[in-house]
Formats: sequence, C-alpha cells, structure tokens
Amino acid sequence: MSAGVGVNLEDLWIRFGDFVAVREANVHINGGDFFSFLGPSGCGKTTILRAVSGFLEPSQGNVLIGGNNMKGIGPNKRPTALIFQNLALFPLMKVWENITFSMEIKGASARERRKRADELLDMIALTGQGDKLPSELSGGQKQRVAIARALCAEPDVLLLDEPLSALDLKLRQHMRSELREIQKRVGITFIYITHDQGEALTMSDNVAVMRAGVIDQIGDGKSIYNDPNTAFAASFVGENNVFRGTVKRVIGNEAMITTNRSGDLMARISTANHGKLKEGDDAMLFIRPEAFALAPVGTQGDHFVTAQVTKEEFEGNVFNIFMEGDGGKEIKVALPNLGQSFESHKGEPMTLEYDVKNAVALPAGVLATE
Amino acid sequence: MPPFLKEYFNRNGIGLGSVMLGLVLFWTVGLIILPQLSMLDFSFRPNLPPPEIGGPKDLYTLENYKYLIFGPEGGSQDYNAVDLRVFYRTLIAAVLVTLFNLMLCYPIAYYLAQTKGNHIRVLALMLIIPYWINEILRAFALRIIFGESGVLNNILVGAGVFDTPFDFIRNDIALYAGLGYAYILLMIFPIYNVIESLDRNQIEAARDMGASWTRIHRRVVIPYAKPGISSGCTMVFMLSAGALAAPQILGGPSSLWFTQLIYQQFNDNSDWPQGAAYAVVLLVTCILLVLALMRVFKVNMGDIGK
Repeated sequence: MSAGVGVNLEDLWIRFGDFVAVREANVHINGGDFFSFLGPSGCGKTTILRAVSGFLEPSQGNVLIGGNNMKGIGPNKRPTALIFQNLALFPLMKVWENITFSMEIKGASARERRKRADELLDMIALTGQGDKLPSELSGGQKQRVAIARALCAEPDVLLLDEPLSALDLKLRQHMRSELREIQKRVGITFIYITHDQGEALTMSDNVAVMRAGVIDQIGDGKSIYNDPNTAFAASFVGENNVFRGTVKRVIGNEAMITTNRSGDLMARISTANHGKLKEGDDAMLFIRPEAFALAPVGTQGDHFVTAQVTKEEFEGNVFNIFMEGDGGKEIKVALPNLGQSFESHKGEPMTLEYDVKNAVALPAGVLATE
Repeated sequence: MPPFLKEYFNRNGIGLGSVMLGLVLFWTVGLIILPQLSMLDFSFRPNLPPPEIGGPKDLYTLENYKYLIFGPEGGSQDYNAVDLRVFYRTLIAAVLVTLFNLMLCYPIAYYLAQTKGNHIRVLALMLIIPYWINEILRAFALRIIFGESGVLNNILVGAGVFDTPFDFIRNDIALYAGLGYAYILLMIFPIYNVIESLDRNQIEAARDMGASWTRIHRRVVIPYAKPGISSGCTMVFMLSAGALAAPQILGGPSSLWFTQLIYQQFNDNSDWPQGAAYAVVLLVTCILLVLALMRVFKVNMGDIGK
C-alpha cells in the first residue's frame, strides 16, 4: 500500500463577494493521515473541502495534492472523491451500480463492475445486498455504500463532509471506529469535516480548529484538547470552565491571573503563547470539569476555587456539580463516580483544587457560543 | 356513508366539503364524462334529418366507422385513402412535434430548475407572458413572421441565405413551429418541477466521479426526470394531435390535420355522427399510443400525475 498522497493548502483565501469565507489557510496534510477540520457551522470548513475537491476555485492561494497544483483542474479530473453530507446516492440505481458508477464512466464491462462491487460490498459488510435500491437500506448501510462508492474510484484523497451527522447517536459512534478502520485498511488520506469534537478527536491523526474562516490551531487531538492556542479552541473543543481576569505576574511558562471572582489563580501558559502573555494583559484561564478535585471548604491558595453550589446532577459515570461562576456562567465540575457516597452541597460553598499544569492561561478572546 | 367520505366531511366540514365535492363531480361528470358518452353515442347512429331522430330508422350502426376505413359505398377506391392518410400523417406529425418540443424544452427546464438567481424569474415570466395572448392571435402572429414577405424571409433574403423567399407555410414549417410553440409551457413545467427537486449533490457526486455532462444527464438527470418528461410529452402529443387553430391558420393548402376533417364533418357537412366517429377514433388511438409508449418506457400512470 502506498504511503498516501498529501494535501497542502498554501495561503488559501476564499471570498464570496465581500464575505471572506476562508482567510489565509496554510495547512499541511500528510499522506495517509486522517485529518479533520473542526469548527461550528459557517466557519468555512465545507468551503475548504469544496476547494480541495475542485467544485470551487480559491480566490487566492493554491491547493496542492501530492505536490501538484490543482489550479484549473475540475472536480472530475482530481484524484479526490467526495462523500456528501446527505450522501447523494443515486436513488434510481441499484446499490452495485451506485458503487461502481466511477467504473461505468471509464467504460468497464458490467461483469468487471459486478465483481468489484461484490468485493467492496464484502468490505463494508453488505455482502449480497447489491441488487437492492438505496431506499431499501438503513441509514448506516447507506453510509457504507457511499463510502464504497467513493473508494471504488480509487481516489488518493477521500473527502468527507459531515457524513455521520444524519445518523443517530449509537450508529454515529459505531461508524466512527468503522471509518477509522476503513481508512487504516485502504491507507489513503482522509479529510474529514465535522462540528463534533468527539468525532474529530477519536478518529483523527490531526485536527484543524476553525473559527469564522480562520484556522486557530492545527495539531493532534491531545495537543488541541490539552494545549489550546486560543480561547476559541479551548472553549469549542470539549467542555471548559473559563475564568476571566488580567495577568498579575508571569513566572517562566506559568502565569498568575487575577480573576474577576475567584482571586489570584495560577495556570500554565499554552505553548503557542509562551512569551506572548505579559503582565497587565486581559487573560482567560481555562480549567476542564474533570480537572477539579474536592478540597476542604475554605482552603485558600493560588490553585483553589471556592463558590456556591447551584445545581447537582448524577450522570452515571460522573457527578456533575455546577457552581456560581464568572459572568453568569456556571463552573462545571465532573467528579468520577467511584462508588463514594455523595452528599448534596446544594446552596453551600464548596472548595475545589486543581493541578496548575491542568489549567491553561490564554490571551482573552472570542469564546465558542453554545 | 362510506368511511372515506365521512373522514372527508370531518376534515372539510359539511358545507365547504359539499361545495368542493359538487364542483369536482360537475367537472368530471358534467363536463367530461357525459359529453364524451354523448359523442360515443352519436358515432354509432346514422345521420338523419331532425324529424327522424328517435324514429324507426335511428338504429345503432357501424357505418360511420366503416366510412373512415372504406370510404363512401360504391366509391372508386377500396379504402378511404384520403382520410386515412390525413389520420396517420396527423399522428406522425404530432409525434414529431412532441419530440421536437422535448429536445427544445429539456435544456430550458434543466437550466431554469438548476440555476439560482433573479434572472430565472424574469426568464420564466418571458416564457409565460406570450400565453396571455389569445391562441389564434399568436397563430396569426407566427403567420406574419413566416409569411412569404414576412419578417423571417426578409431577414434571410436580405442576408443572402435565400435568393427568393422560402415558403415556410407550404412546407409545413410554420405549422410545426406554431404547434411546438403553442405547447412549450406544457412541456417545460412538468420537467422543471421534477428536476427542481433533484438533489444538486447527485449531479456533483457524478461529476466528482468523473462523469461527463452527457453521462450525468443520461444516467442521473433523465431517469429522475422521467415522470415529468412523460407527463409533458403526453400533454403535448394529445394537444398537438387535437389542435385545430394552428393547422387552420398555419397549415399549407395541401396539409389537412385530422381535426380539420372532424370540423368539416360537424360544420360543413352537418354530419355529426360521422364527425363523432372520427373524433372517437382519434381519441382512442391517441390514448392507446400513449399507453403503449408508457409501457415501453416503464412509466406508471401515478408518476405522470406528480
């Protein structure tokens, strides 16, 4: 199996009239990687995908596939295959005809096509279902047919535009691992578009976090989750508690932040912002719900937070405790359910402790809206 | 009361429900079924002067149908060659007009349905506005355009394409153009309706897989648009075969349309039974032809109503 064909976006701009959909995107995608663009709807991620597939010419900059500039090359001539959000299976063709449509175009005989379709149907665990119409399949099966149809063209790069969004939760989670498995088996580059951080983190080798046409951060799942570049990335990927304030002191790669409600707190400055965060700057401090632990009530210090408990939830694997937070937003704490007895503290103050390396200090910025 | 009627009245109320039901019944029974039955009845009766109608000579007969096939009794020919020739020429011409219309309208309908923007509304309006003008006036307008000293001939002779004016009317070109133009909307809109509901992603998916535009239309768009195409073709064919105004005004002196024969029987010969028989033959033949073609192209009656 080949090492896969890489994709590069060089200084890519895409404008629609006055509206800038994609601003100065520079992305290097390794051959054979599972790469995700993660962002809220309208952030420009689908626009990037359309530029890679060739349905849209960038206003400026280049798309390189396997080192070749794709300028002026139409979607039917690019080594990419696109899986649409709504799958776009041909409703009047049988499943096997759908899958081998790309071979039909190249003039392959019906017998060759049938054989290839059977191979692909085996691969997607739909053996013997080739003579059905797409409408006779379930959502997950249609999904797999769309993947098989795209793979049949033997593309170097497979582009997926939120293909799991129409499925129910269980199926979506199942298809995640299935997609990842298929990608490993065929060894080609997958570019995946999603607004679901769970999908992006579980499947991808690398993730690009996008906001309003701008790529905020590119990295593997761990660095995106643990070491966000921007307040947006920190708040969009996973749940996060934000404490606003100003930088009081910078000590090496850590900062003491005077927060609006919770006093002075210490945090690690994220890697991308080393040396950039200075005393007096507006800053945001992020602590994940799972990074807190209970501490004796009233303990003071630069890694303790005390607040009133407003709400408690039992979610099975965790107890969720909500406390009065900054700017009307609650502080969420997730304590693992380890069989301990849990007493309600509703209405009472509670003190939380965190490890400074689990708190991230970032320059103040736009947060993701829920 | 059968349950479906009960449900119908529950949904619409007794008052409004009765009005709507009454209108539909009036339309189907009063305006369609009864007149057709009366024509059918006429077609099997001899042509008698009014006093003898209902008298002892008023018996059902096949004479009128025999006349179309064999001509007048004791005539010089074995078959009614003139009328039969007009009959099949009319059907063939109607088929040609339908095909010509389909070729012209499919691209227009596709363009209207798959393009977005305000100019589409302007275009649709431009297609509709000519239909605000009376059909006969439109036919005369075309006659002026196609006439020997008409606009088209002036341009063509002036441009040096022809030395002498070309007789569009004698060569039936004006007639085909007139018939085609008369039913253009009936072809465009059913096709437009279907193609508009075609998911654009399917076209893009096919393109992404490397399909040429010809193949995209052949494999994706046309199969999807089939109900609209058959609906449009059925209407244009039926109406062309049954057209009267356009052949009267635009037809050359030698070309008789079958409807003109029917018209002559009713009005010039005052032979209603004979005219009715001709009309029944035309109607039944057209229906059988359409049903046969629907079977060949695997279209269901239900699809056409879409």
